[in-house]
Amino acid sequence: MIPANFIYHKATSVKEAIALVQTHGEEAKYMSGGHSLLPMMKLRFATPEHIIDISKIDGLSYIKEDGDFLKIGALTTQTDMEYNALILDKYAIFSDAIKLTADPSVRNVGTIGGNIAHGDAANDQPALMLAMRATIVAEGTDGEKEIPIDEFFHGFYMTALEPADILTEIRVPKAKKGSGGAYHKVERKVGDYATAGVAVHVELDDMGVCQEIGIGLTNVSAVPMRLDRGEALLKGKKITEDLIEEVGTMASEDCEPTSDLRGSEAYKRSIVNTITKRMIRLALERAQH
Amino acid sequence: MFKCKTSPEVGGMGHSVKRKEDARFLHGKGNYVDDVKLPGMLTMVMVRSPYAYAKIKSINKEKALAIPGVLAVITGNDLAQYNLHWMPTLLSDTQMVLPTDTVMHQSQEVCAVIATDRYIAVDGAEAVEVDYEPMQAIVDPFKALDEDAPLLRPDKEGQEDNQIYHWERGDRAKTDEVIANADVVVKERIYLPRIHVASIETCGCVASYDKDTQKLLVYLTTQAPHAIRTVVALVAGHVGLSEEKIRIISPDIGGGFGGKVPVYPAYVVAIAATFLIGKPVKWIEDRSENLVNGFARDYHMDCELAATKEGKIQAFKVSTLADHGYTDSSANPSKYPTGMFSICTGSYDYEHAFAELDAVYTNKAPGGVAYRCSFRVTEAVHAIERMVDKLAAEIDKDPALLRLENFIKKEQFPYDSPLGWSYDSGDYEATLHKAMEMIGYEDYKKEQAEKRKEGKLMGIGICTFTEVVGAGPSKDFDILGIAMFDSAEIRVHPTGKALARFGTKSQGQGHETTYAQILAEELGIPYTDIEIDEGDTDTAPYGLGTYASRSTPTAGAAAAIAARKLKDKGKKIAAHLLEVSEEDIEWEVGKYFVKGAPEKSKTIQDVAFAAYTNIPPGMEPGFEATHYYDPPNLTFPNGAYICVVEVEKETGAIDVKRFVAIDDCGNIINPMIVEGQVHGGLTQGIAPAMYEGIEYDDEGNVLNGTLMDYLVPTAVESPHWETGHTITPSPHHPLGAKGVAESPTVGAPPAIANAIIDALAPLGIKHLDIPITPAKVWEAIQAHS
Amino acid sequence: MKHTVTMTINGESVTAEVDSRLLLVHFIRENLDLTGTHIGCDTSNCGACTILLDGKSIKSCTYLAVRADGAEITTIEGIAAEGTNHPLQQAFHDQHGLHCGFCTPGMIMRSIDLLKNNPNPTEEEIRWGISGNLCRCTGYNNIVKSVQQAAKELQKESESV
Repeated sequence: MIPANFIYHKATSVKEAIALVQTHGEEAKYMSGGHSLLPMMKLRFATPEHIIDISKIDGLSYIKEDGDFLKIGALTTQTDMEYNALILDKYAIFSDAIKLTADPSVRNVGTIGGNIAHGDAANDQPALMLAMRATIVAEGTDGEKEIPIDEFFHGFYMTALEPADILTEIRVPKAKKGSGGAYHKVERKVGDYATAGVAVHVELDDMGVCQEIGIGLTNVSAVPMRLDRGEALLKGKKITEDLIEEVGTMASEDCEPTSDLRGSEAYKRSIVNTITKRMIRLALERAQH
Repeated sequence: MFKCKTSPEVGGMGHSVKRKEDARFLHGKGNYVDDVKLPGMLTMVMVRSPYAYAKIKSINKEKALAIPGVLAVITGNDLAQYNLHWMPTLLSDTQMVLPTDTVMHQSQEVCAVIATDRYIAVDGAEAVEVDYEPMQAIVDPFKALDEDAPLLRPDKEGQEDNQIYHWERGDRAKTDEVIANADVVVKERIYLPRIHVASIETCGCVASYDKDTQKLLVYLTTQAPHAIRTVVALVAGHVGLSEEKIRIISPDIGGGFGGKVPVYPAYVVAIAATFLIGKPVKWIEDRSENLVNGFARDYHMDCELAATKEGKIQAFKVSTLADHGYTDSSANPSKYPTGMFSICTGSYDYEHAFAELDAVYTNKAPGGVAYRCSFRVTEAVHAIERMVDKLAAEIDKDPALLRLENFIKKEQFPYDSPLGWSYDSGDYEATLHKAMEMIGYEDYKKEQAEKRKEGKLMGIGICTFTEVVGAGPSKDFDILGIAMFDSAEIRVHPTGKALARFGTKSQGQGHETTYAQILAEELGIPYTDIEIDEGDTDTAPYGLGTYASRSTPTAGAAAAIAARKLKDKGKKIAAHLLEVSEEDIEWEVGKYFVKGAPEKSKTIQDVAFAAYTNIPPGMEPGFEATHYYDPPNLTFPNGAYICVVEVEKETGAIDVKRFVAIDDCGNIINPMIVEGQVHGGLTQGIAPAMYEGIEYDDEGNVLNGTLMDYLVPTAVESPHWETGHTITPSPHHPLGAKGVAESPTVGAPPAIANAIIDALAPLGIKHLDIPITPAKVWEAIQAHS
Repeated sequence: MKHTVTMTINGESVTAEVDSRLLLVHFIRENLDLTGTHIGCDTSNCGACTILLDGKSIKSCTYLAVRADGAEITTIEGIAAEGTNHPLQQAFHDQHGLHCGFCTPGMIMRSIDLLKNNPNPTEEEIRWGISGNLCRCTGYNNIVKSVQQAAKELQKESESV
């Protein structure tokens, strides 16, 4: 499996990258880690004429708390996150997801930005972003823009990013007392894309009442999906087992899986129900400690 | 237990010496086929069919040939000019090398692009324009025999339908009668799906024809280099490639498991290409080509097992439909089109059995080669072991007890099975008891009873299998007419060091170590002083190769007997050196001595030196021996495997908690290597039991033709295996050994399936076909609740 | 289009002209004749092509050679001096952690990175840590034992420094 011919360009700055895409137009694609794009090119499902390598751009690999946010540079690799003290200490939801994403060698190269920008509902990070109501920061021909995650995913491999836009940063709410998150996916074997996955983020007040709730689903719809109905049910309430059961049922009803090699639609709905409940419980447990 | 006769330094049988072959692999110096680089070498890439069944209306080479670096596009019509477009399969069916008018399965080779490097060759293959007229493929083998099914092989004279053959063994009438009158009969249709060996190295070759010497050299990932040489001579003899001009070198092989036995069409095309172009041509299969163009299993088995109400087994009947794809290229001995499937009566003592099989053509890839299993034994064992468990469930009897009560007893060996095998030896009772003890069977039974009260799903699965390996006696066993002996040739040099060559070919089994250990055992020469060489047809003695766990039973035996020939000659030389008569010479490992005067002795090294320097008058100089071993019988390794699983009702998730494998493979040459082989075989057992299966859609498209979706287990899916042994030597093998590498692949799937189905039994689930995935379990639970 | 790249391979500086699309694994195997790095799947599932790039294990079948410009690359041929064994090589030999040897270089390169990040891994951590490397022969038991032996050995080495 060999990719078709293309011309490689290395960008050393975001501006240079954007200029390169402007020069080469629609036939140009950004490559960061390359672990989504290059396999597609080797299978010749994708045949871009120009590859703009953005992985060497300085300053886009960081994990830091700043104001009310955790800010993650788009070129931060999954491995950087896996072993980052801040993440290990306070952001278990990322640790949950990263351990289940591909394998350690792929994670050494694959970036958080790429995982999101690819716009693939089978990737794990989109569900986390939905759950945490992330803000996606991108730079394009018109300068920097902030895209709320709910406006980010447009369709199958389609996002709010214009061809010249580079995803530069991800912002999620800073961990605080009473907040917690969790992610799990069922996979056929380790490293597989999800049969179904669920990310949950909660924020409780001192009374244990749910102030914020986010539930994102992996690979059970064409576009990464938020469980609106479940969130609406839980927000402002003390989350009880009965409510959790109800949200599990909603998740199984609202997701849009299709039958494939990973299992039947009914099986996937059932899995979504189960994991949704488990992840709400786990997120609550984490929020309370 | 086996007692070592040699010191660890000599390293004969029973010593876990470290492997001699490791160093090159550990340092990245292995020489696999893709590492071969010859001057001027070109690369070949195949264009493959996107359709399962289609007419080829035209092939346009122009755009491909216009790419700089593309030298040739070879089509079936090009080969037809030399009558090289068809070839025989190992079972005397016919297979296209390249098609002239019709493609018969998805990913079939359509034409070949030869270029200066692989990047250009791939571009060339993309640029070839093929105009197809797709036809409705036969995908379901049960529809292949319908009245209105299209005739898939009109090219075959006398072929009027899609049946390839009907085969049967045993007494149908009597078996039917016993079944009709039995207290209890359990029935099931059991399917063992198509799977692929997926060795981490794919297949490939480098073919190089020298026009001056007229010699053809082919580096080939083959488990059977000599047989391949003969096949090439048979296929291409008419264009001048006669056998003495053909040299096949099987370099280091990155896993075989049966997938590197067949002659794949691209090998023949590469040979044709080097013959026509006069430059070396390399072809390396990519992973998708590998996964989609070959298979193992694909047996649909209708089973009936009859017993008394107490559980005494009386009769077994199995009728099978086998999907062979568009040609029968099973790698089976010619008198055994279904391989050793008739071992299906298992480890149990009863009189009546009948097995029949109908093989059909479909629009799928040919194959039918093993997946680490000797000739269809996995299918046979799965059938009987599932049915025995089903019987146990039906009469509510402990499956261990049911087996113990029905086993062939130790004193019944040699045992004539109802379908015609003569089992050589075994102690099935002791083996199962050992497994039960090691895993703590009774404790798990209690735990299971407790868990069931709590509504939890826990299962215990047993498999007590009998394997049949070491093909085989020449009166019955041949491939394309060549008897299935194997060979060893030993040269002991004047300094007492040795070189030994074999007709087999290691693919990871550790031949360079175990064969040296056999010779160390027999001759007392340290194993480190013995070089082992295999795989080069110009130097190695003729043999049928390594598959079906046959190397130790055949070539291992040949090594022992060749060594014994040397020992006999050495005795004469020792008598000469010690100036006594031959009758007064005795042997102990490594030296000859005078009876009653052990201080008067000559070492094997002394004798070897004398064989070149001080030979007795009239004796032929040199210290070499060769033996071609024709086994008197097959060997029958066996084992008892027990698996404990827990199943989560809500999700169908399966957790393999424990797996104990007790193997009886007779005397053991290197315990470390045997244990390693068992570990590997077990992982290739859990693979089809829970993960692997080639999936087709209704059009005959393969749905999981990459390792993204063909789920080869990782270290996470593979349990921590627990192993052990009983030893019942083979009475007829010179070393008492039997062969082992495939037993675990045969025994593990039914043990796992039985465990999962046992876990689900409280829900009323009585059978599931493998692979038993969480999704499948979940569906079954829904259907039963 | 050709690009001039310079990288360090097993301690030696290499400069070469490469096509944009040349995969790093082919550059290593075919341009540099370091054939210990293997190709098993093309889809970054099997790990036979695993090497170290700037000290981290990567799958060289899914990495463009041109992107390795300026990088430090280590392959199986470069982890121990000629005639000696890296502790992982020794451990794979001692514990019978290899059969056919095809996955072995990738398995070892991956394990080097694993032990760097986690010098004293549990059996489970080892199994997850090598989950991107497939082995069809060994059943993994002895690979796990090999990594355990090497972990001990490497810890001894680092303590004695």
